[in-house]
Amino acid sequence: MAGEDHRERPPTGGGAESHVVFEGVHMAFDGRPVLRGLSCEFPRGQISVILGGSGSGKTTVLRLIGGLVHPQRGRILVAGHDVSRLSETQMYGVREKLGMMFQGGALLNSLTVFDNLAFPLREHTTMSEPTIADEVHRQLAAVGLRDVDHLLPGQLSGGMVKRVALARAIITKPEILLCDEPFSGLDPVSVKRIEALLDGVNDQLHITMLVSSHHIPSTMRMADQVVLLLENQTVVGAPADLRRSPDPLIRGFLTEEVADQRLEPAALGGAW
Amino acid sequence: MQRSMTRDLVVGLFVLAGLAAIAYLSFTVGGFSLRRNEGLIVYAAFDEIGGLKPRAPVEISGVRVGQVEKITLNGNFRARVQMNLERGLQLPLDTSASIVTAGLLGDRFISLQLGGEDAVLKSGEEIRFTESAVVLERLIGKLVHDTDVEKK
Amino acid sequence: MVALIREIGWLTVRFVHHLGSLAVFAAHILRAAITPPNRFRVLVAEVYNLGVLSLIIICVSGLAVGMVLGLQGYNTLERFGATGSLGAVVGLGLIRELGPVLTALLATGRAGSATAAEIGSMVASEQLDGLRMMSVNPVHYVVMPKALAMTFVMPLLSALFIVCGLAGGYFVGVMLMGIDGGTYVSGLETSVEFEEDVVGSFLKAVIFGALVGLIATYRGYNSEPTSAGVSAATTSTVVVASVSILIVDYFITALWGV
Repeated sequence: MAGEDHRERPPTGGGAESHVVFEGVHMAFDGRPVLRGLSCEFPRGQISVILGGSGSGKTTVLRLIGGLVHPQRGRILVAGHDVSRLSETQMYGVREKLGMMFQGGALLNSLTVFDNLAFPLREHTTMSEPTIADEVHRQLAAVGLRDVDHLLPGQLSGGMVKRVALARAIITKPEILLCDEPFSGLDPVSVKRIEALLDGVNDQLHITMLVSSHHIPSTMRMADQVVLLLENQTVVGAPADLRRSPDPLIRGFLTEEVADQRLEPAALGGAW
Repeated sequence: MQRSMTRDLVVGLFVLAGLAAIAYLSFTVGGFSLRRNEGLIVYAAFDEIGGLKPRAPVEISGVRVGQVEKITLNGNFRARVQMNLERGLQLPLDTSASIVTAGLLGDRFISLQLGGEDAVLKSGEEIRFTESAVVLERLIGKLVHDTDVEKK
Repeated sequence: MVALIREIGWLTVRFVHHLGSLAVFAAHILRAAITPPNRFRVLVAEVYNLGVLSLIIICVSGLAVGMVLGLQGYNTLERFGATGSLGAVVGLGLIRELGPVLTALLATGRAGSATAAEIGSMVASEQLDGLRMMSVNPVHYVVMPKALAMTFVMPLLSALFIVCGLAGGYFVGVMLMGIDGGTYVSGLETSVEFEEDVVGSFLKAVIFGALVGLIATYRGYNSEPTSAGVSAATTSTVVVASVSILIVDYFITALWGV
């Protein structure tokens, strides 16, 4: 559903095929429905932002793609594989194509920054230690961090954690990058920095990116496609299209800078 | 995981200390022996062993030279005691073994009295001369019985 | 009344359900243990966390328990004029029961709760999900080394506890109460048997170690991803593991014929 592009983009050969497809996905936690029949496609090589308020299911969409949870109904195709029914062992194979940047970073607390970045390389490649060290330093430089090798995650600021998490997610050169609320908890300067990094990743590495967020300005700037999760409907379109939409629900959502206007008590606990 | 040399060293020391403690408890305290049957093994048959137990000491002139290893019943329903003694012990063929008590109410052990023959016992052979344990109740019972007989 | 019966029934069902989950979890850990890659580095780190960091508490407690045993033993034996057996009393008491059981209980409190808390907080901070997304099995990387380390470390700690206890008993009996040192040691060595006492002692220690390792990692792994959940996991680990140790202790003692 590529509408008007607001940025320069090299033409994707053979048209923009879908890298990830949701078909009629129903997801409920403890009987509380979060996704009702979600059907949408995420084009290859583009940045898709999943927008919605707290508890709307943004993070759930990413977790479904990663196979961390399975839907009650529906299919989810990731690079052709239906991950809605795969076993954990089978998922390990699919996950080699994925990289995930978690909301809290999810860095291993007992390892230094260096070891955290080296971890996926040591686990899954036969790269020698010097090669690994080069790659780690390259990635750290790419996200603008220096001299953090020996720090532990607990010693990093929020913005630094996110950057290390990003570096770790792309160090294995995945096809698809999942970012769970990359801007949450950051000051405006850091938000801009992360936004620039994500743009850069997409530009230079042509990785398909799926970002969940409720930060509207960045979304509008970054996204090629927006999947807006409202209470009873899902709206998919380019940012410009959404801006122009006459639908009052959409307008209402977009005019808030912080999109938590419908804060439900039920949504606060364990909202994935 | 920081590859800390100090931490690895400490872990190694800990494991060594633990193994040393296990070894101490097994060998010194528990009496575990890897070289079980290298010593002199002799057997002796008794009518009555009293409270003799395995691991009871075997002494010559009050000096410990081995221990009781196993006690079984032989074909004649006598108690057959296996003694594991020190290697190289020269016991004449007519050595005798008696079961004695440490004090009046103490533990039983075996005391060996050396004989005079030139030939010595080889491992696996049997001591021919044995003196059974004195059981206190039988002694008292005998005393009472004898006193009764005298009275009549 | 009916509600009470229903409650009991529900608790029983839940208990059996947990037992089953625990068994399945144990099977996963064992399978992870024999699957490559080799987690030696992590194992060494865990031996440090669980074993070395528990050393002080184990040794001090061992010494204290040995001293109390020495004191109580002396007081009781004196009434029968049998103070020469103090070494045997302290030794057998420590080796057969107090060593493995108290070590396990202390380790549960220190290392068991720390393990549950650590894994629980890893669940809450999505670190385990992070591992899954990097195609690394969290049971293989996090749980298995911790459980194995606990099993390995327990007999070592138990032995050190016992040795400290024997020293404590010696200190009280010989130095304070005036028993002959040689009598203490020879009484100890004569009455303790390798097969019956020492082997049984270490068997208990290994089984307790596996039990604590399993329960602590299970509770942490399945905790709710909130701080209340982590704290609940920690508390229940200590409670469940402690009670299990005491119950299993009876069965091992009875079956081993000790």
